[in-house]
Amino acid sequence: MLKILKYSFFDLMRSRWSYVYFAFYLLLGIVLLFLNNDLSKAVITLMNVIIVLVPLIGTIFGVMYYYNSKEFTELLLAQPLKRSSIFLGQYLGVALSLSISLILGLGIPFVFYGLFESSAIWDFSLLLITGTFLTLIFTALAFNIALSNENKIKGFGYAILLWLFLAIIYDGLFLMTLIMFEEYPLDKLSLVGTMLNPIDLSRTLILLKLDISALLGYTGAVFKQFFGTNFGLVISFVMLTIWVILPVLRIVFKSKKKDF
Amino acid sequence: MVSIEGLYKKFGKNHVLSGLDLNINNGGIFAVLGPNGSGKTTLIKSILGMVIPDKGVIHVLGENIKKNPEYRHKIDYLPQIANFPSNLKVKELIKMIKDLRQYTNEEDRLIELFKLTPFLDKKLGNLSGGTKQKVNIVLTFMFNSPLIILDEPTTGLDPISLIRLKDLIQTEKAKGKTILITSHIMSFVEEVSDEIVFLLEGKIYFKGSISELKTKTNQPDFEHAIASILTDNHA
Repeated sequence: MLKILKYSFFDLMRSRWSYVYFAFYLLLGIVLLFLNNDLSKAVITLMNVIIVLVPLIGTIFGVMYYYNSKEFTELLLAQPLKRSSIFLGQYLGVALSLSISLILGLGIPFVFYGLFESSAIWDFSLLLITGTFLTLIFTALAFNIALSNENKIKGFGYAILLWLFLAIIYDGLFLMTLIMFEEYPLDKLSLVGTMLNPIDLSRTLILLKLDISALLGYTGAVFKQFFGTNFGLVISFVMLTIWVILPVLRIVFKSKKKDF
Repeated sequence: MVSIEGLYKKFGKNHVLSGLDLNINNGGIFAVLGPNGSGKTTLIKSILGMVIPDKGVIHVLGENIKKNPEYRHKIDYLPQIANFPSNLKVKELIKMIKDLRQYTNEEDRLIELFKLTPFLDKKLGNLSGGTKQKVNIVLTFMFNSPLIILDEPTTGLDPISLIRLKDLIQTEKAKGKTILITSHIMSFVEEVSDEIVFLLEGKIYFKGSISELKTKTNQPDFEHAIASILTDNHA
């Protein structure tokens, strides 16, 4: 698996898109710091961008890489390699190169701005950790979609729909349920609802760490009580890990049964 | 060398292989023939483990192929259409495949044979179809495996390279290897193969030498013998 990971990784590192992605984050980091003139504020703005953009890029990149490397995959399948190591190697190659672009692209301007002397370092690390988690999750989901759909256009369509659903539609539905059942106590339900969507989970996690939960009203207080504690933090990371593991398991399972 | 029992495979509603049994002995050149869509590539891909059969058992060199992928160390496979990652250089591709399989130093001789030296630093995406096929051949023959599977090996080759390929196949045969070929070029098949396996509607219709086929179909030459099978079966 490590050999496949190595080749996929170098293949991607050589492609233009990794640099575009890296340059984009670099620019974003610099511009935000320049405009905000303050590390903590820049972190908040950055969160809003990352929460939406990282999943989108992970999804698109994952699907694109899978379909583009079809020939390479077929070449590998005829070699004495396990199927699971071929696909996991490719998946990790994509996910890691995206994560590295994200971490370096954002990290470099923040470090130069004096991140290490600032109190925002923990918030910023949390931002990068959740960003990495989101990359891992959405790349894995994208690989799942691509593995199940031979047709590229369909694959892309489903991938975009998935992103749209988790990033936007889910929130809408969630909000509507809350309004419909507003007579009932909803704090537990909303906690569970947040847990079930990795994007919401990441957003809540960061928001509450940033200490702006006062804006969130009563539910915010409940959330703060939950996510603000170490227990809540651990549970959140466990949930994010499950969100990574389940799609990865399906990649292994699905790839074993597929015909090429 | 290869034994297949009761192989079934369908894609959707299309039954490609329906109860195929095949035994291929050690040594010699076997041609797998059949009309388009008769399941030649599916058969070959099943042997390679790329297609997973619905039913049936395949043994390669006495090993059940379901258990582990290691048996592919003993197979050299030439895929039908040479599609390689396009932003890789020829040199890098060869190095990568060597890294994934095992050490070999045969490639220099083959690169020399097919005059590929000027292309080593070019990217695979910029090569012509025939040159890609030559790279494909180098990748296949550089390992010394007892079983060689060639899916349409002649595609895009110029006459000189074709002669070199035939020589290469004969040298490998002389080493006692088993070679499995599919091709639509009947003259090529007639020239190189010792035995043919004819697939029709997912089953083996005929297995034997070319002269046996001619007697069976009462045709004077090989091409007509094949054509008569096809017309008799309305395929």
